[in-house]
Amino acid sequence: MNDLNLHSGFRPWPALEDRPPCCEPQTFIHTEKLSVYYRDKPAFENVTLPINTGCITALVGPSGCGKTSFLSCLNRLTDLIPGCRVTGDIQVGAHDVRAVQTDVISLRRRVGMIFQKPNPFPLSIWKNMEFPLREHGMLNRAEIAHIVEQTLRDVGLWNEVKDRLHTSALSLSGGQQQRLCIARALALNPEALLMDEPCSALDPISSGVVEDLIASLRQRYTVLIVTHNLAQARRIADHVALFWVQNGAGQLIEYGPAKQIFETPREALTAAYINGMRG
Amino acid sequence: MAEIWRTSAPKQALRSAKHRVRGDWLPTLLVWGAVLLVTAVFVWIVGDIVRHGSGLISWEFLIDAPRNAGRAGGIAPILVSTLLILGVCMAVAVPLAIGTALLLAEFTSVENIFGRLVRRSLDVLAGTPSIVFGLFGLAFFSKTLGLGFSILSGGLTLACMVLPILIRSTEEGLRAVPHDYRLSAAALGLSRTTTIINLLLPAAVPGLVVGLVLGIGRALAETAALIFTSGYVDRMPESLMDSGRALSIHIFDLSMNVAGGDANAYASALVLLVLLIVINGAAVWITEHWRHRKIIPL
Repeated sequence: MNDLNLHSGFRPWPALEDRPPCCEPQTFIHTEKLSVYYRDKPAFENVTLPINTGCITALVGPSGCGKTSFLSCLNRLTDLIPGCRVTGDIQVGAHDVRAVQTDVISLRRRVGMIFQKPNPFPLSIWKNMEFPLREHGMLNRAEIAHIVEQTLRDVGLWNEVKDRLHTSALSLSGGQQQRLCIARALALNPEALLMDEPCSALDPISSGVVEDLIASLRQRYTVLIVTHNLAQARRIADHVALFWVQNGAGQLIEYGPAKQIFETPREALTAAYINGMRG
Repeated sequence: MAEIWRTSAPKQALRSAKHRVRGDWLPTLLVWGAVLLVTAVFVWIVGDIVRHGSGLISWEFLIDAPRNAGRAGGIAPILVSTLLILGVCMAVAVPLAIGTALLLAEFTSVENIFGRLVRRSLDVLAGTPSIVFGLFGLAFFSKTLGLGFSILSGGLTLACMVLPILIRSTEEGLRAVPHDYRLSAAALGLSRTTTIINLLLPAAVPGLVVGLVLGIGRALAETAALIFTSGYVDRMPESLMDSGRALSIHIFDLSMNVAGGDANAYASALVLLVLLIVINGAAVWITEHWRHRKIIPL
């Protein structure tokens, strides 16, 4: 273990109890018996999950167990998928997400989403930030400039891009693009962020930078992150939910504080997965 | 390293590699032969037109009315009619094409029955001989709608003709836009309209440009469909309801019906050729310029 510490950039796992307390015991997102079907084939079924305000909650589990589908329900991105059917209840804040009168546009502003592959628009760095802000009704140029600078500083990108704000966002490296996407979502002042494996398409160094950024969002935002990297979940998550495919559909196996999941799991399957024996 | 290579490479493999290199000359010859043949035919046609036509081209030729059935004089009214017909055609076809392409690419799935029906019909229309469009234009625009032999009815007929090409290539352009853009735009709470105007259409411009180039080419070259609809009166048109003779009809008339009109036919063909290049260039430049104002590709 000590040998590994000599390696620069290696961050040892912090003892789990050292984590600063973050969670108010108050749920921000709550799903009740939530199921998603793609043309009668279930992606996951009957997931009841209370997600605490200001926490980082990690969704872990093998591929195809419905983690990404679960995220897509929460901002109704499932509306865009033909043949997709959702049943059950979703509450975000005080709003019923699935209600007909829900304003999807404002829901998606309040619940941002980051994808696996960084996907900035083929616009300049500045336009990537400015365009969504304008569309959400912010027209004051000085105010926009302030927000853009502030959020780019928040994600640690400002010093890297301030001299080339008007060049294409696609000229940035993968890690920078992903941080730009996070900044773009944060600029809209969301309350929650859904992250679908935000580090898995990045090289190890960029991945580390983005991971530190996500950890720094604790308390300010409710973060829900899908990850295949158990070590990452262990490093940054306050709560962990394990999904698994059972009876042909994704199921929620166990949900609890990270300490419980990693050290005293209640389910045999969780213990096997955490110890690397399954999945 | 060389030692290792020599001992580990089987002799047979080396021999067959040599064999392959020697066998390559035939495909190379065929490919280059085909390229040279195609280029030669093109160069020959253009060279012939330039050689016979360039002597007659002058400013007067462009601004004079034709005299003596076109044997003398210029082509001013014909040039104006051609541009008006093309203008009507594009003004009608481009918005319709973009709308239909959006419907097909963004609002219906690939396997949707309605979408498939529309797509199949467009493919059939794209392959329909232009004379059929001409008869349709005569029956529908000229007779039923009472537009008579007019630039308007000719332009509308041409619009029907180029619509399939424009729609299909714009649709392909839209489908080539990565799905990620749509997802990330939706996830940022951007409306569908905004996404389409600011991201999808600019990104689909390459497809639209292909359609425009093909469409303009087809419209400018069209003769058969226009004889029945815009007619061949060679006076200067005073409104869109006047009959007007397109350049291609002028060339056809001079070379087929007017003895001694060959020289002016060549000159008109040269003007048509240059017009085609200039209009295509302008169309590509305008759309690309618009695209660059909207999005910055890498």
